[in-house]
Amino acid sequence: MNYFNVFLIGGAICVVGQILIDKTTLTSARILVIFVTAGVILSALGLYKPLVDFAGAGATVPLTGFGHSLAQGAIEAAKSSGVLGAFTGGTKAAAGGIAAAIFFGYLNAVLFNPKTKK
Amino acid sequence: MNSNIGQKEKQKEYQKYVQQKMPKSHIVTNCAKAFVGGGLICMLGQAISDFATNYYQLAKPDAASFTAIVLVFLGATLTGLGVYDDLGKFFGAGTIVPITGFANSIVSPAMEFKREGYVLGIGAKLFIIAGPVLVYGISSSILVGLISYMFVR
Repeated sequence: MNYFNVFLIGGAICVVGQILIDKTTLTSARILVIFVTAGVILSALGLYKPLVDFAGAGATVPLTGFGHSLAQGAIEAAKSSGVLGAFTGGTKAAAGGIAAAIFFGYLNAVLFNPKTKK
Repeated sequence: MNSNIGQKEKQKEYQKYVQQKMPKSHIVTNCAKAFVGGGLICMLGQAISDFATNYYQLAKPDAASFTAIVLVFLGATLTGLGVYDDLGKFFGAGTIVPITGFANSIVSPAMEFKREGYVLGIGAKLFIIAGPVLVYGISSSILVGLISYMFVR
């Protein structure tokens, strides 16, 4: 994968987030929800796959890529095992990230305390 | 009635005043920082993914999971150590939009609410931001799966 493309697309997707922060009053929680849902929709329409082919992690590491893997997982599993697959496919495809986020998130929250303001 | 109109005018004046006093956000610099920060995190992700495919010979879906897990680990640990928030102050959305930012959004509130206990403090607050993300992400993916099952066969 061409690292220049990775940097270019990954950076560009984050710029969209920055514009949303600066130009609107959206909280970061809303922005993350918008990015995941946008990833799911773009992926379902077949618009996100070309970006992944072009930029690899530049498209999969931003949260839109999380939406993309959810959508692709659901679509592929629906093809092979129907309605059941539509329910299990997305979460299965994203399971690694979700489980890691819960596990490492919990561990870190237990181990560390928030920095006191200087 | 009269006082009502007067109040509205006062409010308008006040809003003008606030807008004058508000620090102008340097949107161009902010965007440049977000671009660099986000781009670098994605390059790190690509390096991890390349390592997984070349060194561990992982297939594509497994390499993607591997990358997500390592990045989430890094994001969560750097948040615990207090480093990620400093990065966030500089790079803005460049640290929020990547999956490391998702990990950050899980650890930060959980740490903050630790004193409320291990179940309703840490256990519940882990999902203050991650919860909505998972609700909308997973629900829309199920819809997409169902639609694709009904119409594309």
